[in-house]
Amino acid sequence: MGNILSLKNIVKIYPNGVMANKEVSVDIEENTIHAIVGENGAGKSTLMKIVFGEEAPQEGEIYYKGKKVNIKNSLGAIKMGIGMVHQQLMLAPDLTVAENLILGIEPLRYGVFLDLKKITKLTEESSKKFGFKVPLNKKIRDLSIGIRQRVEILKVLMRNAKLIILDEPTSVLTPQETEVLFKSLKDLKHHGKTIIFISHKLKEVKLIADKVTVMRDGKVISTNDVNQLDEHMIAHMMVGRKINFKRIPETKNIGNPLLTVKNLSYLSEEKIYALKNINFEVRAGEILGVAGVDGNGQTELVEILTGLREATSGQIFIGEEDISRFSPREIREEKVAHIPEDRMKNGVAEHATIEENIIVDRYYQDHFSNKNLFLDWKYISKSSNELIEKFKILAPSSKASILSLSGGNIQKVVVARELSSNPRIIIASQPTRGIDVGSEELIHNLLKDARDNGIAIFFVSADLDEVLKLSTRIIVIYNGEIVAEFDEIKNVTQQDLGPYMLGVKKKGE
Amino acid sequence: MSPLLKSILSPQFVFAIIRVTTPLLFAAIGVAISALSGSINIGLEGIMLVSAFFGVIISGFTGSLLLALIGGILVGIGMGALLGYFHLKLKADIIIAAIALNMFASGITVFFLYIFAHDKGTSSSITSLVFPSLQIPIIKEIPILGEIISGHNVLTYFALISVALFYYLTYKTSLGLRIRAVGQNPDAAESVGVNINRIKLYSLLLSGFFGSLGGLYLSMGYVSWFSRDMTAGRGFIAIAAAALGGNFPLGTFLGALFFGIVNAIAIYISPLNIPSEFIHSLPYFVTVVALAIYSIRLSRRKKILSEKEEI
Amino acid sequence: MGKFILKYFNLIRAVIAILIGIIIGVCIIYIISKEPGVSLKSLFLGPLLSKSRFGNFIETASPIIFCGLAIAIPFQAGQFNIGAEGALFIGAVVGTAFGVSTNMPAFLHIPLVLLVAGLTGAFWGSIPGFLKAKWNTSELVISLMLNYVAYFIGLYLINFHFRDKAAGYLVSYKLPETAWLIQFIPGTRIHIGVIISLGFAVLIYYFLYHTTLGYEIRTSGFNINFARFGGINVFKVIIIAQVIGGFIAAIGGMTEVMGVHRRFNWQLSPGYGWDGVVVAIIGRNNPLLIIPSSLFLAYLRVGGKILNLLSDIPAEMITVIQSIIILLITAEAFLAGWKYRITVREAKAKEVGRT
Repeated sequence: MGNILSLKNIVKIYPNGVMANKEVSVDIEENTIHAIVGENGAGKSTLMKIVFGEEAPQEGEIYYKGKKVNIKNSLGAIKMGIGMVHQQLMLAPDLTVAENLILGIEPLRYGVFLDLKKITKLTEESSKKFGFKVPLNKKIRDLSIGIRQRVEILKVLMRNAKLIILDEPTSVLTPQETEVLFKSLKDLKHHGKTIIFISHKLKEVKLIADKVTVMRDGKVISTNDVNQLDEHMIAHMMVGRKINFKRIPETKNIGNPLLTVKNLSYLSEEKIYALKNINFEVRAGEILGVAGVDGNGQTELVEILTGLREATSGQIFIGEEDISRFSPREIREEKVAHIPEDRMKNGVAEHATIEENIIVDRYYQDHFSNKNLFLDWKYISKSSNELIEKFKILAPSSKASILSLSGGNIQKVVVARELSSNPRIIIASQPTRGIDVGSEELIHNLLKDARDNGIAIFFVSADLDEVLKLSTRIIVIYNGEIVAEFDEIKNVTQQDLGPYMLGVKKKGE
Repeated sequence: MSPLLKSILSPQFVFAIIRVTTPLLFAAIGVAISALSGSINIGLEGIMLVSAFFGVIISGFTGSLLLALIGGILVGIGMGALLGYFHLKLKADIIIAAIALNMFASGITVFFLYIFAHDKGTSSSITSLVFPSLQIPIIKEIPILGEIISGHNVLTYFALISVALFYYLTYKTSLGLRIRAVGQNPDAAESVGVNINRIKLYSLLLSGFFGSLGGLYLSMGYVSWFSRDMTAGRGFIAIAAAALGGNFPLGTFLGALFFGIVNAIAIYISPLNIPSEFIHSLPYFVTVVALAIYSIRLSRRKKILSEKEEI
Repeated sequence: MGKFILKYFNLIRAVIAILIGIIIGVCIIYIISKEPGVSLKSLFLGPLLSKSRFGNFIETASPIIFCGLAIAIPFQAGQFNIGAEGALFIGAVVGTAFGVSTNMPAFLHIPLVLLVAGLTGAFWGSIPGFLKAKWNTSELVISLMLNYVAYFIGLYLINFHFRDKAAGYLVSYKLPETAWLIQFIPGTRIHIGVIISLGFAVLIYYFLYHTTLGYEIRTSGFNINFARFGGINVFKVIIIAQVIGGFIAAIGGMTEVMGVHRRFNWQLSPGYGWDGVVVAIIGRNNPLLIIPSSLFLAYLRVGGKILNLLSDIPAEMITVIQSIIILLITAEAFLAGWKYRITVREAKAKEVGRT
């Protein structure tokens, strides 16, 4: 069997300077299920975006079915026979399954009218041919995610895709739906299709894939037959690297638990448990690091802790106080600061000034305003300028708009605001994502100082280096559950964490 | 009360309802089509106005009904194109751009009215042609029903046909399918290679087409002249009618009909002491209530697929 | 130079849009008018030619300023509420009803009448506000519908309960003199309401940019997720912004009645609400910029009337010009290419300056 797709020396650099793919070369053999695994930021999503025409590489060549090709956009990729099922399903909710399936390739009568008979025929035939039973006349909004995903896959198949890319397909499925999906994928293979399967769940990779390519830091580590490796070896390749960070000095004073979470569960809108029975506590003077690949419930957990989302069941305590139903304002008044995961969406108002961004949590307090009525801009400017200096924010003035700042400096504004609110507890989610090394160092030092001052820090990061560098204790989250706890982390390495993060191991095994 | 009741239940009244509903129906279809694509056109007021004006002028100066029809339609589609250009190409906010176009239409029509007809109020100095009324043979002989159905302006019949056209377009053509897809989830459309901007442009052009017919009816069917701001808010009522009907063909028709009924009642009821204002305000009030109920229902049913914000 | 352009880019863009609109207007006048000189003079200099005309110009700006503010506040909160027209109408009706039915000395009567009108408008604005905050109902459609409801209910109240049958046409009873706003410049109709409008503009500016509630409103408009994240009660903000808008619009309507007409005589909705949208857009929702925008619009209005009177060009020319101006201002991509080129040039210059 030849290679249906060959990527040679793909280099991709994003406008912000990040090199997401560093001379990546992968051969995808025809008629296989080929898994691509890697942590967040490993470069696998970028690579697939390039294959599907959503991004263009700076360097490198793509060979499809032996011929060199230039994939300009998704339509081009589709025409070549490449199909992609994204993590966020792209279906029109009020159209039926059949309508979504033939969108863009509608069979017509007299060139204008939808040939309903033909549509039914085509969709039924495809459905039967590939063994994907879907309720053709039901609206997407009435279907479960598992069925919707099947529609997406069928959609791709109906456009004669020979190569199908699935991006983290099981992240939204129940175990039963996953089983059904895997059977379908195996059937597709027998139909002559080739499947690329992006995942971080190694058990599944072992179950379904023929080959696996491990990526790390934008590079390909190796490509092997799956039966040559076991999960631990794969995990090792995914996370293992020489230690190039220095752990921060140990904390001196650990106090009482400030943040306690009991039996927290969250049923998402898709009727899946994004969080199942979460229990942990964070004490004063310690950093509790949460290791885990993005999308395993961390986002929901952080939003619940900060009042932006309501849990389905369970309780959250600050000290003795139950804050489970508190609003964001009330939680902030309990002296909880939040460095959000998505800084542009939640952390800042782009078009506002630095000052206006800094005061969002304190504008009504003494000094910033008189009697919670009139803003004292003089004090606000003074305070903002002090923060700009203290946090080394590179900005023309405190009245500059956020837009004019670089990503790292924007994050510094966020961190400056949150840390200067005199918190007892800090909830930090991906605080150094997408920023330069210098700013990252600064933020790490600030968190360390906060910890030394007796603040309890709940720290979520998909970057293992960071988690190991800063944490006092570590918990690992996978599939909405805490699957490991490490109270003593002096000798813990990425290798220890990897298997838990990737679902290979679970606490107690 | 009795004579009033008699007149309300008379075939003439139903006839009047259909007559009054005609321009509203055209405009409402125009709004609904644009709304389905996700870029709602609230400029039907202006579109109807310019079409009404140009129809009269062209027919007055060329003596050709056909030219007036074509001209009026082209002008309406042109306004839709203009809106499309400013919104899709120049990234103008579609609501504000439509408001601007409404203002523009109001001004330019009176402006040209003065230039051509030397009058700032009406075009009475120009003899405009009108679209003919049709008596349908056989049907017109049927008692009661005949009086209701036969004898309407040809554009009225076309308005009713337009509901069917709207239905067929939306549900039975590929364009309609794509319009709905773009409106529901632009990503879904893009992922299969559908050009979002082009589809939105088409829906705006269609919007202009239907709106133009509503305007032509006003000045060359309902009455036979153009007078300033003669659309009198029908373009905005159309938004309510379409909203009441969920932008579906049947719903839009019923919504327009509702407003038509109310308008007709108001005309008939004026002799009485019941304030016509109450009757006139009823459809708007009902729309507010209906929309509120609709939103409550919507917010209860959690949105599953879309994580995007809505206006 | 480039730096200057970038700093004041939005202002410059607005000025260019205005200039283009005016130039187009001038061109049309030249093409169509038989006496372009007279036409141009009437339009651009007309309001300055006599005391009463100048007074017209000033007094016309007053309700426009009020409505501009009434629209700008919800806009700043990210709410597309265009209900100023309805709030103005129903507020003026209820205020007039109160005014003609009560007797008290002027120092009480005037503020009370205004207050009654304002509260009515505030209530009117609370409806779309609440529906949006609670159930995400489109405030655009609701406020639009309520404009009509306000109009009809208002007319009903006036025509059936407060109609002055002695007058020849459909108007309300005359307001008692204690409820009049004095016209303090003889030869014109400029009344205290004009001063009040300017005062409100300054007040609202201060409100939006120097108070905590104003900050909450603007921040919600900048990024509602951010506002919520920071602890702001966005539910409250969405409602309050529209309530305040309604309040101000109603006051604007009432001052017109109290200062100019001294009775309620609008049989058609006066349209100030739409003017408010125009000046809010031109003035970028900034109360201090709304003042000159309103003066500009009022000047054009009055100039247009004179143009109408003295030349062969209809006043509607103004509507055409103003619509072109709005279209250009709201087109984000208008001149964006120019701005980009200057930005790139400045960035390069900075680099060169460094090395």
